[in-house]
Amino acid sequence: MTTATSENNLSHETATEKEKWLRAYRQMVSIRLFEEQVNEVYTRALMPGLAHLYSGEEAVAVGICESLRIDDYITSTHRGHGHCLAKGASPDRMFAELLGKEAGYCRGKGGSMHIADPATGNLGANAIVGGSVGIATGAAFAAKTLATDRVAVCFFGEGALGQGSLYEVMNLAQLWTLPVIYVCENNMYNEYTHYQETTAGTILGRATAFGIEAASVDGQDVRAVNEVATRLVKRARSGDGPAFLQCDTYRYSGHHVGDINREYYRSKQEEHQWKTDRDPIVVLAKWLIDRGYADSAALDRVTAEVRVTMESAVKFAIAAPYPNVDEVEKHVYA
Amino acid sequence: MPERELTFAQAVREALAEEMRRDSRVCIIGEDVAEAGTPFKVLSGLLEEFGAKRVVDTPISEAGFTGVAVGAAMTGLRPVVDIMFGDFITLTMDQMVNQAAKAHYMSGGHWRVPMVMRTTLGATRRSAAQHSQSLHAWFSHVPGLKVVLPSTPYDAKGLLKSAIRDENPVVFFEDKMMYKLKGPVPEDDYTIPLGVADVKRAGDDITLVATSSMVQVALGAAIMLEKEGISAEVVDPRTTWPLDEKILIDSAKKTSRVIVLDEGYGRYGVTAELAAVIAEGAFYDLDAPVKRMGAMHVPIPFSPPLEDATVPTEQTVFDAARLMCKPA
Repeated sequence: MTTATSENNLSHETATEKEKWLRAYRQMVSIRLFEEQVNEVYTRALMPGLAHLYSGEEAVAVGICESLRIDDYITSTHRGHGHCLAKGASPDRMFAELLGKEAGYCRGKGGSMHIADPATGNLGANAIVGGSVGIATGAAFAAKTLATDRVAVCFFGEGALGQGSLYEVMNLAQLWTLPVIYVCENNMYNEYTHYQETTAGTILGRATAFGIEAASVDGQDVRAVNEVATRLVKRARSGDGPAFLQCDTYRYSGHHVGDINREYYRSKQEEHQWKTDRDPIVVLAKWLIDRGYADSAALDRVTAEVRVTMESAVKFAIAAPYPNVDEVEKHVYA
Repeated sequence: MPERELTFAQAVREALAEEMRRDSRVCIIGEDVAEAGTPFKVLSGLLEEFGAKRVVDTPISEAGFTGVAVGAAMTGLRPVVDIMFGDFITLTMDQMVNQAAKAHYMSGGHWRVPMVMRTTLGATRRSAAQHSQSLHAWFSHVPGLKVVLPSTPYDAKGLLKSAIRDENPVVFFEDKMMYKLKGPVPEDDYTIPLGVADVKRAGDDITLVATSSMVQVALGAAIMLEKEGISAEVVDPRTTWPLDEKILIDSAKKTSRVIVLDEGYGRYGVTAELAAVIAEGAFYDLDAPVKRMGAMHVPIPFSPPLEDATVPTEQTVFDAARLMCKPA
C-alpha cells in the first residue's frame, strides 16, 4: 500500500492523529492534482465529452470517505472524481475511463460521469442530478435487510434539492430507519445559477421536516467534516437511522471545463476570496504545520510525489488501447 | 386426475410465494402490498407467510421506492416492485430508464440490477384515462430492460419465476381484466424462458400475433373464423424483449397473412415493431400487407361506449381477418 489512493478506507483505529491528517492531506492533494491533469488533458483535446472538476471541494469527499469502511457504499455525481478517489479508486484506471479506454473502471463505457467500482463500494457516479438518491437509499435498505452493518453515503450537490425523488427517499429512509447519510455539497451554484434563486426555505429544514438528524459543516475544513461524518456514520451503523449533512463549499472552476466566462453569475472577487482564504488544502496545511506534524518542505514533497503519480496515470491512460468495437453490445444484459 | 386450475391472480401469487420460499433475497415492495394485498388482492396471504420485512408497504412514492429497489438489487436483494396501475410507470421512468436499465452497461458489467417491476395494463374497466393505458412499448424501447406480457395463468407463473431469477431488470405487465381468468397451472416448480414465443393455436390461413389481453381476443376471433372456414394461427410472443423473431416469421411464412394485435397504442408501438420484424423477415412469402390493430390513438375515455370503441374486439379482429383472407 504505497500509492496515494490505495491506502484509503483502512481502519484508522491505530493511526495516530498525525498519520491520519497527513493521509487526508495527501488525499486532498491527489484530488486537486488529478483535476489539474483532467483540465490539462481536456484542453489538449485528448479527453472526449465533458469534464466537471471537483477542485475546491476536496475536504468534503475526503472528510466523509475517511469516516467510512471500504465495504460501505457511496453514490456519486457528475462532479464525481473526488468521491471516487477518496473512496479508493486508482488514478490510472480512472484516467483510462475518462479517455474511454478498455482499462478504465467501466471498460470505457461509462466515462467521467459514470465511474463505478464495486471493490471500493462505489455504486457509481450519476449524470442525472439527484439520480442516485434512490440507489443509495436502496443500498441502505439492503444493508439493513441483510444485516451487514454497512452504511451508504449519497453525495449530491445543492442543485439536487430541486428534485422531488430526494424527498421521497428521505421520507422512506427515516420511516425505515435506514443507514444512509445524505451529503449535500453546497457549492452554491446549480450549474450557472446561484442556489438562493432556486431554493426556498432552508437546506437543513428539508431534512428536519422528516425528523432526520441534520447538521451543517464548513466544507473547507476536512477535520470538521470528518468529525461530524464520523459521528453520523457511527450513528447510522448502530441502527439509529439516516442523517443529512450540509457541507458548505465552493467550486473553483466553472460548471464544466468549458465554462470560462463566469462573471454573469459570480464575480472573480468571490472566486479569489474562496481560493485564497478558504482553500481546504491550505487550511489543513496550516494546521499540520502549527501542530508540528509537518513542515512546508515535507508537504511540498507530498505534492511532488502525487504529481508524479498523476502524470504517470495520464501516461498510462493515453497509451492504453480503446475497447474493440465488438465490445459495444456486451453488458447490455447480465 | 384433472389438471389443477388457478386464476391468473392466483398463478402470479403462487409464483411469488414459491420464489420467496426458494430465495430469501426476494422481497416485495410497493403501495398496499402487505395487509391489503393490493387492490386486486393478487398478493393476499403473502404478508402472513413472509412477514413485513419481505412484503414491504411503502408511501405513495413510485419514483422513490422504485429507486430503492434499484439500489437494493445492486447490493444483494432481488426486489419485486409493485406498481399498482401501469399508468403510474411514468413516475418511475428515470429510475427504470436511466438507472436500472443502464447500471450494468455503464459500469462495464460490474453492477447488476436483478429486480422485477410488476404492473398492469388494459382498458375497459371504466377507469378512464389515467388508469387504463397499456404502456409496455415504452419499456420495450429501452436497451437493458426486459418486458414480459403473460396471457394465461400458466404463462404468468412460469414467466414470473423466470423474471425473478433473471439477473436484469424485468418489467412484468399483467392485464387487469385477466386476473380472474382460469386456466391449468401445474403445482411444479416450472419456468418459461424469457424470449420464447408460444403458438397458442395452430392454423394455416392467417397468423394472429397477439400479446397479453389480445391473446384471448385473438383466440375468440379464431373460433369465429373457423366457422367461416378460415384457419387462424395465434402466436403469442410472451415477451416484447427479448423477442422471439423466428417463431413470428416462420408463422408468417406459413400462413402468408398476418394481423398483429396489441392493446398499446399502435403508432410507434409494439404492433409497429412486430409488423416491421415480420415484413423484413417474411416479405416474399406474404400475400397481403401486415395489418396492425391496437388501442385507438386517443386518451382512454371514461364513457363505456366510447371506451369500448378504443380497443380491438373479437368481432373487429374477425372482420379484419376475414377481409384479409376473402377480399370482397
